[in-house]
Amino acid sequence: MKDFKTLPNVIRLPHKYGAGPVVTKFYNGLREGKLLGNVCPKCRKTFVPARSLCPECLVKMDTWVEVSDQGVLVSWAYTDKEFFGSPVKPPFVTALIKLDGADCNFLHLIGGDLFELKKKLKKGLKVKAVWNMEKKGHMLDIKYFEPVA
Amino acid sequence: MGRPVAIIGSGQTVHGKRFDVNYPELVNEAVEAVFKAVGVEPRDIDGVVFGTMPSMMEGVALTHFYFADVLRAVGKPILKTETCGSTGVSLAITGYYWVTSGMADLVLVVGSEKMNEGDSQATMTTVVDPFYQRYFIAGAPGIFSMQSQEWSVRFGIPEEKVRAAATRISIDHHNDAFNNPFAHIKQRLTEDQVNNARIITYPVRLWDVCPTSDGACAMLFASEKMAKKLAKKAAWVKGVGYSGEEYWFGDSDKVVWQSAIQAAQQAYDMAGIRNPRKELDVAEVYNPFTFQELLYYECFGFCEFGQACDLTLKGVFAREGELPCDPSGGTLCTNPIGATGLVRVAEAALQVTGQAGAHQIPGAKLALSHAMGGVDQYNGIMILGSEK
Repeated sequence: MKDFKTLPNVIRLPHKYGAGPVVTKFYNGLREGKLLGNVCPKCRKTFVPARSLCPECLVKMDTWVEVSDQGVLVSWAYTDKEFFGSPVKPPFVTALIKLDGADCNFLHLIGGDLFELKKKLKKGLKVKAVWNMEKKGHMLDIKYFEPVA
Repeated sequence: MGRPVAIIGSGQTVHGKRFDVNYPELVNEAVEAVFKAVGVEPRDIDGVVFGTMPSMMEGVALTHFYFADVLRAVGKPILKTETCGSTGVSLAITGYYWVTSGMADLVLVVGSEKMNEGDSQATMTTVVDPFYQRYFIAGAPGIFSMQSQEWSVRFGIPEEKVRAAATRISIDHHNDAFNNPFAHIKQRLTEDQVNNARIITYPVRLWDVCPTSDGACAMLFASEKMAKKLAKKAAWVKGVGYSGEEYWFGDSDKVVWQSAIQAAQQAYDMAGIRNPRKELDVAEVYNPFTFQELLYYECFGFCEFGQACDLTLKGVFAREGELPCDPSGGTLCTNPIGATGLVRVAEAALQVTGQAGAHQIPGAKLALSHAMGGVDQYNGIMILGSEK
């Protein structure tokens, strides 16, 4: 017997992730076209996107700052394969971006003319956010980052 | 320090596309193999440690309950350990803790995966937080290609040299797999084939990436008393190390990689190893991607940072080299993820007990095994020796 049966199945489960006060405030910032970070009172580092605890000092961060929506490219990955359920359709370029004023890297997309981009992508490239006209308070309110002309 | 712990046997399935069996039947193959190899009965074991990838990859939640029968766990305590790609080494460490603590004398440790049934890269994205980062993670290859680029830029390694070293690793391991009866992908490759293979996520190409495998691995961890009673040959746990990092991808340095460096250091300290390249006889380094294997050589102190490519091209880590790495073909050729780390430990045990067959490194007495899990977040190491 060479043909064994398979039983196809798609498990779909509804879920509502409670965002809590810090993520909610960051999302509200996105709705206004602002990138908000928070500052650790101990090590004075600024984290964007904002989070509740400093990952190094483990203290509450309640000082909020707006950082630039421009920065430099740290690393990137070009993806051409679509993953089940992915809200971003390939091809796309995932990137770690060091935003001006932040002390950690920001994970998002680099977009635009991918053929042109291929020649430009390298560590240190200056990039800026391209925002969607309609903002919903979501990470994808920023369409992608593109090289600063 | 706890009691000495020995690995007295292992069982692996043939890894690959295994639609010839269902998931419990696959796990049963590995468990049956280790029981047969050692000659023990289910009543002899004190408990079971089991693990896989997250439930979303398994299609069934709480697989350790689903597999209770094939795990011979009825009437026994069962622990589940789950740390993504490093699950296998975490399982081994859990089994080790249980025996070294004196709470058990014989523990069955099992890891498994049936990756071909699900969508593994879609599952990987569910490992990532839903608020900030999930949208942008292109499965595992996206993360690893960013890491490899940061590494080569940081140490100024020319792209061509990184490519040449990665190609060497790919050709060697796909060759090595022919000597491993359990390996999944066995392929003779030319430089041109590897260099011009289709891009997965730049600069990672097809033959730089591990396959999607189904498979299981089972091992028996024993106290000294039990090892003496049951085992013809035993591999002794000489050192363990396990280290993690903060969660957010982008916060921590994945090049001079704290969790990898620290896990290795912990294990070396415990095993009394000062010069790993000299003292270790063989290493089963977790290598889902060729580029990552190079980085691990540096993080584990097999060489200085920035040197791995040169030494690889000189053959230092090849089968006949000073420190042979992944003579089994490694994760690059076989990757049933929940079992993969445990396969590294099993391979290390086979090596130090002289049972590795066609891929035996002659006279191997001290072996390192390793796996990594999460979004480049955790690293685990277990060092085995032929002497207590």
